[in-house]
Amino acid sequence: MLELDAMVKHFPFRDSLGRARGAVRAVDGVSLAVPKGSVLAIVGESGCGKSTLGRLALRLIEPDSGSLRFDGEDILALKPAALRSKRREMQLIFQDPFASLDPRMTVEAAITEPLILHKLHRGRQRARVAELLERVGLRPELARRWPHEFSGGQRQRIAIARALASEPRLIIGDEPVSALDVSVQAQVVNLLGDLIRDLGLTFVLISHDLGVVRQIADRVAVMYLGQIVEEAPAEKLFRNPRHPYTRALLAAVPGQGGALKLLEGDIPSPIAPPAGCRFHTRCPYAEAICREVPPPLVQAQEAAGQIHLAACHFQDTLPPATPIREAAADARLARLQSFFIPNREPTA
Amino acid sequence: MNALDVDRLSIQFHTDRGVLQAVDRVSFSVAAGRTLAIVGESGCGKSATALAILGLLADNAEVLGGIRLAGAPLTPEAQRSARGRELAMIFQEPMTSLNPAFTVGEQVAEALRLHEGLSPRDAMARAIAMLERVRIPDAARRAKQYAHQLSGGMRQRVMIAIALACKPKLLIADEPTTALDVTVQAQILALLDELKRETGTAVVLITHDLGVVQDHADDVVVMYAGRVAEKASAAKLFAMPQHPYTIGLLGAAPRLDSKRARLASIEGTVPDLRNPPPGCRFAPRCPFAIAACEITPPLVELAPGHFAACIRAPLDVVLAA
Repeated sequence: MLELDAMVKHFPFRDSLGRARGAVRAVDGVSLAVPKGSVLAIVGESGCGKSTLGRLALRLIEPDSGSLRFDGEDILALKPAALRSKRREMQLIFQDPFASLDPRMTVEAAITEPLILHKLHRGRQRARVAELLERVGLRPELARRWPHEFSGGQRQRIAIARALASEPRLIIGDEPVSALDVSVQAQVVNLLGDLIRDLGLTFVLISHDLGVVRQIADRVAVMYLGQIVEEAPAEKLFRNPRHPYTRALLAAVPGQGGALKLLEGDIPSPIAPPAGCRFHTRCPYAEAICREVPPPLVQAQEAAGQIHLAACHFQDTLPPATPIREAAADARLARLQSFFIPNREPTA
Repeated sequence: MNALDVDRLSIQFHTDRGVLQAVDRVSFSVAAGRTLAIVGESGCGKSATALAILGLLADNAEVLGGIRLAGAPLTPEAQRSARGRELAMIFQEPMTSLNPAFTVGEQVAEALRLHEGLSPRDAMARAIAMLERVRIPDAARRAKQYAHQLSGGMRQRVMIAIALACKPKLLIADEPTTALDVTVQAQILALLDELKRETGTAVVLITHDLGVVQDHADDVVVMYAGRVAEKASAAKLFAMPQHPYTIGLLGAAPRLDSKRARLASIEGTVPDLRNPPPGCRFAPRCPFAIAACEITPPLVELAPGHFAACIRAPLDVVLAA
């Protein structure tokens, strides 16, 4: 289980004379727990701090304050050598499979590298590479090819195989399917779902795409300007969003959102976030208190037995959320689409 | 009369590694005040089609077929004089389309001065009015700012103001909101709808997102590997999709209302257009393909105004079997 507590990361910046001029408050007091074998999605728009949070969760960057535990172990207390060996269990998948694979390494070399680094499967590394390629739906013969010979979807499969090579228990995917075309994205989403289930992975999905989040995540945390504004089981968050920002995000999804109540204006700068509730400058329900008092992230009373947190002064008195549009029951379309749904992803 | 008629448009790119047939005999029309969406994935030819209409393709492109703007043939000379006047465009990345050395107000005013012959003072006053019209708050102050001082959403609003300043007959919007956050995307698309209603401009909306098509298009052309796979009104396309590619694409997009056991996934990848498969270009990825798909399927009208290029359509016959 992964636990982050009161994580803070500010990026200071200086002017041309080297004087401190302020800081981007990328992550500003975030606490999260991801139970073993579950998928937590962190959603939000650009600049909300979700990618920084992902890097903090793997200690790829050092927090200003806060604590980080993985299976009870204090990751921030680890010495560099111990952290390196811990990294075997914690892997990251990036958005851009064109940037994350070394163009001068064959697929086999790229996937063997973590095996050598962590001294795994000595004497049978070639066989292990073949297993990993099959696991992500690629033919083992492709091992001797170079990254440029593959499409975006195939490269992302290779990047996943490389991440799986060290047999991690935790994977953080930072927009892992955002660069892919829809038809290929669906293949990789299905693959990730299979891997998470079959390998019992703990997975943190960082995404701006609410559809992908709905398909993979068990729980969802919504970030706005460095803070979590709502966190709930996926079903609850999509059915009964309590925070006005979550509602606005859902309503804005083209083709599927509710009756559109558009948010005014742009996301404020994380250098100088608004006082009080950071969302108050765009919130249709904001009142005087919202401009002054930051709302605490509190448990919803109605969420019987489930943890459903929201940070809004008026979450109990807001009008009901406009529901997301249900897909029309279309038996013809469903039957035709079933021809496109294999039980397992075929070998590509 | 249609604002735009595209008749059997073909585009070939001559590259070092051979001839690439990016667009193959694509035809469609857009009436004034309507939005036609061209939807498809990377490499389907949707952007090349847009650039051909604008006359902005690179030198290694060879264009065949006819393009008419309000009935008049769009020759290269006609394109040059129409661009920024009857023929306007907005692109995905407004930062690269705006000039960093001039204020945004000057850039809107320049369009008005060039095409309407206004005095500098009148042009600036009109430019500020245009910025207000695209809902830029505090427009008089924003007009004095440079592109880098504005957010992505604001920059796209400035691009729309420039595009619409001269009341174009046709606006081509190539992935206008792809670089924007979802809440800002919703604002920009709603603004485009509203301006289209007010001005009667015809819009060609190039997008990869079927959700955007569903909410904002009147008519749809689905493209795959350079060809039209399906063409219909948006209402008909979503009610009764006919081409297997459209059906697969609809099933591949995750839904918000429920978690699906598995998404429909279209196996394989798009073909190399230097060496496309014979016959139907979608056949290698199509679960409905049969031997006869090796012959190029004609675009057939299956219902009034609803066309699909698939010899297996209507697929309801396949279901009944």
